[in-house]
Amino acid sequence: MVRIGDAPGVRRLLIGTALALSALFLLLPLVAIFAQALMSGLDVYWQNLRDEYTLAAIGLTLLVALLTVPINLIFGVFLAWLVTRFDFPGRRLLQTLIDIPFAVSPVVAGLVYLLLYGRNGWLGGWLDAHDIQIMFAWPGIVLVTIFVTCPFIARELIPLMQAQGSREEEAAVTLGASGWTIFRRVTLPKIRHALLYGVILTNARAVGEFGAVSVVAGAIRGETNTLPLQVEQLYQDYNTVGAFTSASLLALLALLTLAAKAALEWRAARRETAT
Amino acid sequence: MIVSAFGLGRQRRVLPGFGLSLGVSLTFVSLILLLPLTSLVGQLSQLSWSQYWFLITDPRLLASYGVTLLGAGVAALFNAAFGLLMAWVLVRYDFPGKRLVDALMDLPFALPTAVAGVTLATLYSSNGWIGRLLDPLGLSVAYTWVGIALAMAFTSIPFVVRTVQPVLEDLPAEVDEAAVTLGARDGHAFRRVILPYLWPALVTGTGLAFVRSLGEFGAVIFIAGGKPYETEITSLMIFVKLQEYDYAGASAVASIVLATSLALLLAINLWQGRFIKRLHGGRP
Repeated sequence: MVRIGDAPGVRRLLIGTALALSALFLLLPLVAIFAQALMSGLDVYWQNLRDEYTLAAIGLTLLVALLTVPINLIFGVFLAWLVTRFDFPGRRLLQTLIDIPFAVSPVVAGLVYLLLYGRNGWLGGWLDAHDIQIMFAWPGIVLVTIFVTCPFIARELIPLMQAQGSREEEAAVTLGASGWTIFRRVTLPKIRHALLYGVILTNARAVGEFGAVSVVAGAIRGETNTLPLQVEQLYQDYNTVGAFTSASLLALLALLTLAAKAALEWRAARRETAT
Repeated sequence: MIVSAFGLGRQRRVLPGFGLSLGVSLTFVSLILLLPLTSLVGQLSQLSWSQYWFLITDPRLLASYGVTLLGAGVAALFNAAFGLLMAWVLVRYDFPGKRLVDALMDLPFALPTAVAGVTLATLYSSNGWIGRLLDPLGLSVAYTWVGIALAMAFTSIPFVVRTVQPVLEDLPAEVDEAAVTLGARDGHAFRRVILPYLWPALVTGTGLAFVRSLGEFGAVIFIAGGKPYETEITSLMIFVKLQEYDYAGASAVASIVLATSLALLLAINLWQGRFIKRLHGGRP
């Protein structure tokens, strides 16, 4: 069979250009992160990792991810169930609304939370009177991270659950299964991979969010610095090796995310060819 | 079936969980999305039109609109070309390491933007790996609009690749064969036969890359340097105003950014919807 672009010359030229550009724009930055982090040797790398503020940033980042991912998981599943299993007025509007975080610049996301919970904000006075600190503290960081990452899981689930339809769930109802049993035994096995993929994406973004978090965090060293903010602060302090040490942890997580995604896709493709 | 008693629609709801999932979803959307966004509207309503106009037409801000649009435009065009090339190569050819290159395309979404920002700034600064090579040629990338465009291009690489790739995969083999057997040359056949087929995906991906670039912050600020009137992007202006406790100013700029990206996304969705309708409505 003859196909467009199959001449050996064209083929070599296109593959060569694609590989060269990918190496320059994607691979080189990735290599540079680790090279810069290890520039002064492994000893300095370990020392930078054990830095008090870096450890605090790692802890805060883990806390943010541990709170954000389950909350968005619950919301994502309920929302996907709602918009794919029922028809009601305002369904399309609801689907559009949850895409807003994708359209909003992260700085704007941080700003709207600051306007709401900040000292001069709508709820600020009440919070102040009751001695509750949300802005410039970890609750504010968690809230903006939930905002920024809330579409990911729902976005993965909705098209899949729409395509699958609700026949099997309806059959389960006629057999007398309860709502929870239907979800756990019928729906969950069918959406497991999409759900896992959504969780991986949510986690990656929650750990790495910078713009929104930097607005509401207030950059208090050792207290409200997540890892990306720690990277920024060390970089501004001209501590390049320190900055890239923290950056290398985030880059490692990014690589794990890519590997998990590739593994999930590979399994899905294998299942497709098996059936 | 207790929940179906709450059914709002005409048909009976067979499946359970309508009330619960509606309650959870509406509570979440109201508290997490709508309440904070209304606080922006509340802040803006305290301004008169002339005050608002004054705030959004500040000369330094106008310069930032220009830089942001220029950077995002160049980044989107670069990604249209690079994304199309990558999608083509990944779908049509086999070569060693293909799976790795394919996985690498998603790196900009997986890598935190601040990490991308400091890395690009370091690579392209005058003593960085790439900056060192460009410096003797008189080319500077860091702290210029070129650097801004570069950072924007990096963070939006996956959009075009991942929208064009599935469409190209679904392209029937007969399309190629017909064009080639009819004697069309490669370039001509690609432009006249393949490109029209990929066009909607290409425009959608490029549009999404453009919207993303307009709002990008973390990746850009390090390489931009933030020189007033020259390399300040609009989202940085919001940040600067917030640090000066100028909440009214920050909100005014934010409203411009928000309105622009929402309008663009709506336009992309409508355009895509129209195209899909035309496709299903029978092609000529």
